[in-house]
Parts: sequence; structure tokens; C-alpha cells
Amino acid sequence: MNKRSDFLRKLLLHTFLIGVTISVLFPIVWMVSIAIDPRNIDKPLELTLIPSGASFESFRKVLFEPNPLLCTNPAVASTCMTFGKLLVNSLYVSFGTALFAVVLGASAAYAFSRFRFIGRQVGLLGFIALLMLPATATVTPLYVLLGQIRLGDEALRSTLLGLAIAYTSGTLPFAIWNLKGYFDTIPAELEEAALIDGASVTQAFFRIIVPLALPALAVTVLLGFMAGWTEFVMAWLFLEDPSRFTLAMALRSMQGQYTTPWSTFFALALLMSIPPVLLFFALQRYIVSGLTVGGVKG
Amino acid sequence: MTDTLPKPVQTTPPAGGARRKLFSNTLRAWLYILPAGILMLFITLLPQLYQGWMAFTDYNIQNLRFNLFNPETWERFAPSLVGLENFIRVLTSRLPIENYDFIRLLKFNVGWTVANVVFHVIIGVAIAVALNSKNLSGQRVYRAIFVLPWAIPGLIIAFTWRNMYDRRFGAINQLIGKISDWFDLGINNDIRWLETTTPPAGGSAGLALGLVVLLPLAIFAINALWKSGVPKWLVWLPAAGVVYAAYTLTIMYMGLPFAFWAVWLPNIWLGWPFMTVIATGALQAIPEELYEAARMDGASGWQQFWSITVPLLRAAMVPAIMVGTIWTFNNFNIIFFISEGGPFGRTELLVTQAYKLVFTQRLYGIAAAFSIVVFFVLLVITLIQNRVTQATKAYYE
Repeated sequence: MNKRSDFLRKLLLHTFLIGVTISVLFPIVWMVSIAIDPRNIDKPLELTLIPSGASFESFRKVLFEPNPLLCTNPAVASTCMTFGKLLVNSLYVSFGTALFAVVLGASAAYAFSRFRFIGRQVGLLGFIALLMLPATATVTPLYVLLGQIRLGDEALRSTLLGLAIAYTSGTLPFAIWNLKGYFDTIPAELEEAALIDGASVTQAFFRIIVPLALPALAVTVLLGFMAGWTEFVMAWLFLEDPSRFTLAMALRSMQGQYTTPWSTFFALALLMSIPPVLLFFALQRYIVSGLTVGGVKG
Repeated sequence: MTDTLPKPVQTTPPAGGARRKLFSNTLRAWLYILPAGILMLFITLLPQLYQGWMAFTDYNIQNLRFNLFNPETWERFAPSLVGLENFIRVLTSRLPIENYDFIRLLKFNVGWTVANVVFHVIIGVAIAVALNSKNLSGQRVYRAIFVLPWAIPGLIIAFTWRNMYDRRFGAINQLIGKISDWFDLGINNDIRWLETTTPPAGGSAGLALGLVVLLPLAIFAINALWKSGVPKWLVWLPAAGVVYAAYTLTIMYMGLPFAFWAVWLPNIWLGWPFMTVIATGALQAIPEELYEAARMDGASGWQQFWSITVPLLRAAMVPAIMVGTIWTFNNFNIIFFISEGGPFGRTELLVTQAYKLVFTQRLYGIAAAFSIVVFFVLLVITLIQNRVTQATKAYYE
């Protein structure tokens, strides 16, 4: 009797969860099935899992052929961007943003969490207010401002470093707020004990705070990476030289006004989804506490 | 023997020492904040101040050559001050663009946020509870699959759904056709999801959404108001406001075209995993002893759920709901790439409108004023949310 009701309960649960799985996977399977469609037509005519004559041709095209839409000189194929070059640019911007966000964010959040000092409240409120300011109309002044700062013989605006800095400013307010809340939950006695034992403040920070705050630091890295990986509005506006273009820009450029090469488009989209998904899986066990523990305390 | 021990040393430092400590702390702290501070000053604060100035001018495409750092451009390209005119035009919907109505935009944005967040939480928690049941095989596989909608970049999700809504070749219409064929239902699957201007099922879908989402919320809000310490004889005033808001939003849902449902579904699809992840963490932190004690006292499974699981989940869900609300309120990708705000601007959000004011209409001064108005809307929402959170906290502690 009991065994039977338990079996029934599990059957119901699995039915429910498999239903959820199907609805989660449906759009992803749709992407795959178009990407491997050999005809490279706009859209398939049949709802099939594996279209007839399926091949990885569009993946090969995306990976190894130069992209005709992003070229310094459209007449010369060797000046066009390839997947490899786009990937390097994207990784540079994404990890740059993540690195800036975590280093600058942790440093400022540590000060706000651990020191009582003049201007603390004002500073903290200032960063939180920046979190809520909508940034759409600021791109115009930002364009001018970043154009003023010279980096060697070119404007900071048109470099990947400038782009990473611009993205960092978008992720910093949340990072500082979240990290500060998380640091607050780590007892100060732990550091005090280390200081008494002769450690320097820097040592105490790296040996005690960093390992204990890993979840919040991981979330900061993840959000910074995602910002750099998917943003394309500022990138289109700021970058001039196609050799600096990123994957997100390549994807956006394939969305034509009238037609889109859907097979290659989805092949690129799927390839582009792999790094964030991997990063998500790698950091998954940190995400929950990293995002909520600090938030509760505010 | 004890009285031979030395007295403990006076530990209170002189007042001058405390002041010196505060001073050195201040120096040290600002040194730590300096790198982030400089970045925010130049990349965010200065452009924001500039935007604040633009909001009071007739800045438009001719003024783009104006460069604060180049005095030669000041004379020729500087915009002229127009006072509060931009703000008045934004709020009273007198802009030289089609389908612009500020009140409608605001109402849609609020209705969109509510319709999404409520479902994110309900679906997210239900799945987390189902996943958390004991001795369930395949838990790890389910968990891995269920984070995918959250992990895949929103941009890509939006493009995919846009493709799926295609009238003839899209997956949605094809799926409806297949299901209709299998069960011989004869459903019309030639739906123009993104262009149709009439509401689906003559508005009854909107009515159902209003009843499912807004009715429980209104009851909850009035109940919280009743217990929040607002004088009882005054409660009817905010309560009437809540009822009025629920009523107008339901009317709005009833009039929304197919495109609303076409952007709502993908946003539900991508939004619940975040809530599931947070709820899973909270569920695993609930000690098993609580349930054992409840069972000893003869509580049923249902009673255990409502008196142990729900109250303890609430603590973790409140900050997640706040984060989720801001994300949904400003969800650019889904609206911008699937419905493009259409048809006739009826699924436009405040953020997508702000983007279009800058990049399509190029009305920079007006866009700046619009952004500042949106900031105040967000501020009000955050303050209300904070209030509600405080109220529910006091209620449960």
C-alpha cells in the first residue's frame, strides 16, 4: 500500500519534471535542428528533430570561413574576421570586464564593510543610486568622454580596453552592493585574530576574506563576463576597426533586415552559448549563496 | 593572594587617539574605494550629469558636434536651454513620434512586470519543491537542464523565439498544427503572432491572466495593509488604490494583442530557473528535524508545506523577487528583438522606448529627460518594494 503510493508519487513527479524538461529543451532543439539543416534556407518547412541530410556544414562555415560582413576591406577575404579572432576579442572584453569588476568591486566593498570612516554613508548611497540610473541616454556623452582619453595614438573609446572599462562601470554598483552585504556576514573577529597573529591587512584579506567570500566573488565574475559577452549596442557605436569586433556583434550583424542566414546564424548562436553555460555549471554551487546572502542584509 | 595581582590597565584611549584612528581609517578606506570611485566618476557620474544637463536643452542631431573639451565647437553647436519643456512633453505625450503615450507605456511596463514575476515565482518554487523530494532519481540531470534558460545569453534566446513565432515556418504554429492534427482538433494554426492587433480569444485570456495574477496579489496586499499598523480607519484608502490598480491592469490585459503573449511566454520560459535555483538553496537549508517534529505532532504533508516550507522560503525569496522585479521591469532583449515594441507600440517598455529615442529618433534632449523620468519611476517602485518587504518581515518575525 505504502510502496504503491510512493511509486505513484514518483511517477507523477517524473511526469511533471519530464514535461518541464521538454519545454526547456524545445527551443534549444529547434536551434540545433535549424543549424544542422543542410539547405541553409530561411526556415525549415517541417517540424523535424533531425532534418533530412543533416550535416555540420554550417558549423564548419562559421568556425573556419572568414565572415564576409565584418571586413576592413570587403574585397580582400584575408581582412575579414574569422571565428577565432572574434572569439579572442570577446574573451578579452569579457574576462577584462570580469577582472575589473571583481578587483575594483572587492576593494571598495571591503572598505565599506570593514571601516567606519567619514563619508561612508554618502559613498555607499552614491553607488546604490548609480545602480538605478538608466544609462541609455548616457552613451552620447560617454562617446565624447572616452574619445578624449588617448591611449597611445588612438582614442580609448575605439579600443577593447575602453569597452571593458565602460562595461565595468555598468556592473560595479551591483557588485559593490552585493559584495559588501556578503562581507558583512563574515565575522570581523576572524581577521582580528589573524592580525593579532602578525598577519598584515593584505594577508588577512587574501587568506580569510577571499576564501570565505568565494560565492559572492564568483557571482561578480559571472555577471561581468556575461555583460562583456553579450553587449553589442555600445560596441557597435564605439568600435571602428572590424578587427576588434566581437562575437555578439557578429551575431547581431547576421540579423538582416529582410533575410537572415538562419542555419549559420544558429550555428554561431549555439557556439556562443557554450562558454557562458560552462561558466554557469562551473560556478553553479556558488551562485545561490553568492546572490542571496548579501542581499538579505542589504 | 588575589589582591597582589596588578589592576587591569586603563584601556580607554585618549580622545585624540580615537580621532586619529578615524582619520587614518578614512584615508585608508578611500584609498580602497579610489579605483572604483575614479571609474564610476568618469564613466557613469559625469555622463549622468551631462545627461541631466541635456534634459533641459533641445539637444538633437545638429548638436552632436558639440564637444565640451573643444571651445571652438561651443559657439556653433551648443544646444539652447529650454527649461522643463522636455519633461512636460514626455509626461503629457506630446512628442513628434508615433504611438507614444507615456501613461500607456507605464501601465504596460507595470502590468508586464507583475504578470512575469508572479509566474516566475510560482513556477520556480513549484519546480524546486518537486526537485527537492527525497530519493528522486535523475535529480542532477534535471538540475543541469533546468539552468539552461538562465545560462544561455538573453540575446540568443530572443532571436530564437522570434524565429519560432514566424507565421509559416515558425515552430510555434507548426507545433499547434501538429497537435491539432494528432487529436483532430481543427485549430487554426495560421496565427500572426507579432502583427495581429486584436486580443486573443476576445480578451478572455487577458481576463484569466488578471484573475490568476492580480486577484491573489490584491488580497495579499490588502491583508498586509490591514496588519501593517496603518490605522484601521485609514486602510480603505490604500486598499481602494490596490483594487483600482488591479482593475485597470485587468482591463489592460484584456486589450493586449497576441504580441504580448508572444513575448510573455519566452520571458516566463527564461525567468523561472533563477527562482528555482534560489528556492532550492533555501529548501536545502531547512533542517529535517522541523518536519520530523511536525510529523510527530500529526501534521499532514500539506500542513507541513504551508507552516514550515512556505514561511522559511519566504525569507530567501524576498530579495530574489526584488532583483527579479528590476530585471523584468528593464528587460530589453525579449521585447526589443521579438515584438520590437509592436504592433503600434503596444508592447513597448520604457527601456525600449528610451533606446529608440536615442538610436532611432535621435531626440537626445528628450531621451535624457525620459531617462530621468524612468529613474524616478524605478525609485518609487524600489521604495514601495522596500516598504512591503519591511512590512512582511515584521509580520513574520
